[in-house]
Amino acid sequence: MQTDLIQEARRQAEICNACRYCEGYCSVFPSLHTKRAFSDGDITQLANLCHNCRGCYYACQYTAPHEFDLNLPKALAEVRRDSWESFAWPQPIARRFHTHGGAIALALVIGFALLFWAIRAIGSSGGEGFYAVLSHNAMVAIFAPAFLLPLFSIAISLRRYWAEVEGKPIQMSDLTAALKRAGKMQDLAAGHGEGCNFEDEDRFSQGRRHIHHAIMYGFLLCFASTSVATVLHYVFGLHAPYGFWSLPKLFGISGGILLTVGCGAMALLKLKSDRDLGDPSAWGGDIGFILLLGFVGFSGLVLYALGATPLMPALLAIHLGSVLTFFLLMPYTKMAHGFYRLAALVRDAQRKRYASAVL
Amino acid sequence: MATPKEAYDIAVIGGGNAALCAAMTAAESGARVLILETAPKPYRGGNSRHTRNFRCMHKSPLGPLIEEYGEDEYLSDLLKVTGGKTDEYLARLAIRTSEECLPWMEERGVRFQPSLSGTLSLARTNAFFMGGGKSLVNAYYRTAAGLGADVLYEAAVTHLELNGDRIDWVDYTYEGQSHRIRPKAVIVASGGFQADTDWLTRAWGEPAKNFLIRGTPYNRGVVLADLLGQGVDSVGDPTQCHAVAIDGRAPKYDGGIVTRLDCVPFSIVVNKDAQRFYDEGEDVWPKRYAIWGRLVAAQPDQVGYVIIDAKSLNLFMPSVFPPLKADTLEELAGLMDLPANKLKATISEFNAACGDTSGFHPTELDGVATSGLTPPKTNWARPITEPPFYGYSLRTGVTFTYLGLKVDAQAQCSTQNGKIKNLWAAGETMAGSILGQGYLAGFGMTIGTVFGRIAGREAAAYAN
Repeated sequence: MQTDLIQEARRQAEICNACRYCEGYCSVFPSLHTKRAFSDGDITQLANLCHNCRGCYYACQYTAPHEFDLNLPKALAEVRRDSWESFAWPQPIARRFHTHGGAIALALVIGFALLFWAIRAIGSSGGEGFYAVLSHNAMVAIFAPAFLLPLFSIAISLRRYWAEVEGKPIQMSDLTAALKRAGKMQDLAAGHGEGCNFEDEDRFSQGRRHIHHAIMYGFLLCFASTSVATVLHYVFGLHAPYGFWSLPKLFGISGGILLTVGCGAMALLKLKSDRDLGDPSAWGGDIGFILLLGFVGFSGLVLYALGATPLMPALLAIHLGSVLTFFLLMPYTKMAHGFYRLAALVRDAQRKRYASAVL
Repeated sequence: MATPKEAYDIAVIGGGNAALCAAMTAAESGARVLILETAPKPYRGGNSRHTRNFRCMHKSPLGPLIEEYGEDEYLSDLLKVTGGKTDEYLARLAIRTSEECLPWMEERGVRFQPSLSGTLSLARTNAFFMGGGKSLVNAYYRTAAGLGADVLYEAAVTHLELNGDRIDWVDYTYEGQSHRIRPKAVIVASGGFQADTDWLTRAWGEPAKNFLIRGTPYNRGVVLADLLGQGVDSVGDPTQCHAVAIDGRAPKYDGGIVTRLDCVPFSIVVNKDAQRFYDEGEDVWPKRYAIWGRLVAAQPDQVGYVIIDAKSLNLFMPSVFPPLKADTLEELAGLMDLPANKLKATISEFNAACGDTSGFHPTELDGVATSGLTPPKTNWARPITEPPFYGYSLRTGVTFTYLGLKVDAQAQCSTQNGKIKNLWAAGETMAGSILGQGYLAGFGMTIGTVFGRIAGREAAAYAN
């Protein structure tokens, strides 16, 4: 972890702790106000609780040009990104993608190339639809490790995070409390439920929250589509391609639309926002990730629309290439935030549980 | 925004809570309103940007407020702090109207939050703004803009031309140019004069040069002086200001809430000669910080030094700057530039005067007192023995000045010849009419909101 980033966030947190005006905004402040001194782990936890809604920045009487120069959303965003990079495994690739959109683009091109190569080298051993281009076994051989390895990597990162923030044994109630907050994106709504200050200075807007919902649920629907298809394949012996009124298709198409629209809207929203209230060095990486995720959804929809045309094999390679890149980069891009956010919310639920136990 | 060319019905001078309440109310009645705010946009809002709550009467639970807080209790709380120096008629008007203001504020974008941690005693009486006063100010600027009111930042009003019983024109500078406008009505809501150190020094004396100003550096009293110079009726003691003891390392201006120090009751306080000068444990801190503002102002160099030991460190709200810390009193004296031998002698004498401390209770008057010591410490008197030792400096922080424009129940200004037909005042600049001395938490925002609305309504009625 970079001590200068932590130290700056600590300096700001100490000023916040003497003020407390923002107590009602989000999870960060009630957690901050329980401390008198902030360890590195405390700052890391606060950073991962912060959802960068920026309400506290616009409410703050101590932002520049005031000599206290508070910009808590930025200070926490920088610690947050640094924490993800520091906990990532393996370390040699940890610091490539958060700050480099170009690296994500390059990885995408490599992903395309791998899939074209796989289709050419392995091809099909007979089968219908997409399997006529690349066999089911080949797909599983590529995507099972491409899915499981990143999850393994993230598990290592989360263990490191949990140790840093001194997490306690997790109870079911911690998990449900955290999932509830995440499911509603309560921390993107400000304390009064009117949203973020993201697009137009201090104007509250639900834009970011709704767009984030579209992306999150879009992703989950696409994921559900693949999961259901896997069950259909192995448990029920029902093999792709599936008709429009099947669960994989319904989940996949609705999820793809939500992902495409959501990611496009999020990129536009980010263009409107003030970069200096986030982590400026991560801007390119964040945009690169959003475009990649949106492309996964979009290429899936195009593949569905043009699946019966001669373009299909190329489109399949492009779509699967983007999916492959997306999964492999998961631990090293903005995608990691979902896991850390959830861990931070679980830790915060524990803090509240322990606080009420003391009372 | 470019220099306005159109004719305005109403010019509002100032850009804090009272000014914005007046501007919104007038604009809602269809008046064309221009707000002339002397601060740049990041510092807009005067002292309102540092506020955190609104003291509000209520007959039953209202918004974030619990139980009830009636007119008579509210008034008696006010009279306790002003020592009776209060215009009861205007005070009751402010109190009574406060109840309808809370939903009015919510309709214009203000959001409230539960009483902040460490302020539970105010949960019944004071409604806290979510995010504090600056978020209230932000919401009002948005609402005012939506109503068609124009705002000029860094627009410094230099003169209002009083001609008999009316204001003929308003002069201001903006972007390096002088401008003159002739609105039908003028509302003055530009605060007191505490940020003008020369004026403060003339009023209070030389020590005022060492005072810190807790709020905006833009309340220099230019318009107030201009109007008083033309014979507009004044109210309030011209030599007095509301001052409290704050962290001596606070910035000269705009330190705001974070510079408070709540540790005095658990400490001993000495002057630069390492002598104690007052009972540190006389009462709970919220009831004593104003007295300590004056006490520190009376010490050499207007500075005090607070010393606690390790056992008291966690008994008060965290300070914005960490305390000086040392393992011995000699070392601490060195860090604080105090004579070490004298400090040790003062503390030995104090420690020897402490008695049984088993009844120590940090949140109530515990009667744990010194015996035979002058001045005594009458509560929370525990010997300073346990290293590390911690030190803070204390200085006088000015909140606001009492001298202001005298208004009637319509918020209208006057001269000795009677009412000025088109001049109203609201907020800190007329608060001396109600707050003759002392201060009651959250009452400044009540005065600003109530009289801002009245001024806006009356000015619009006149202009239309």
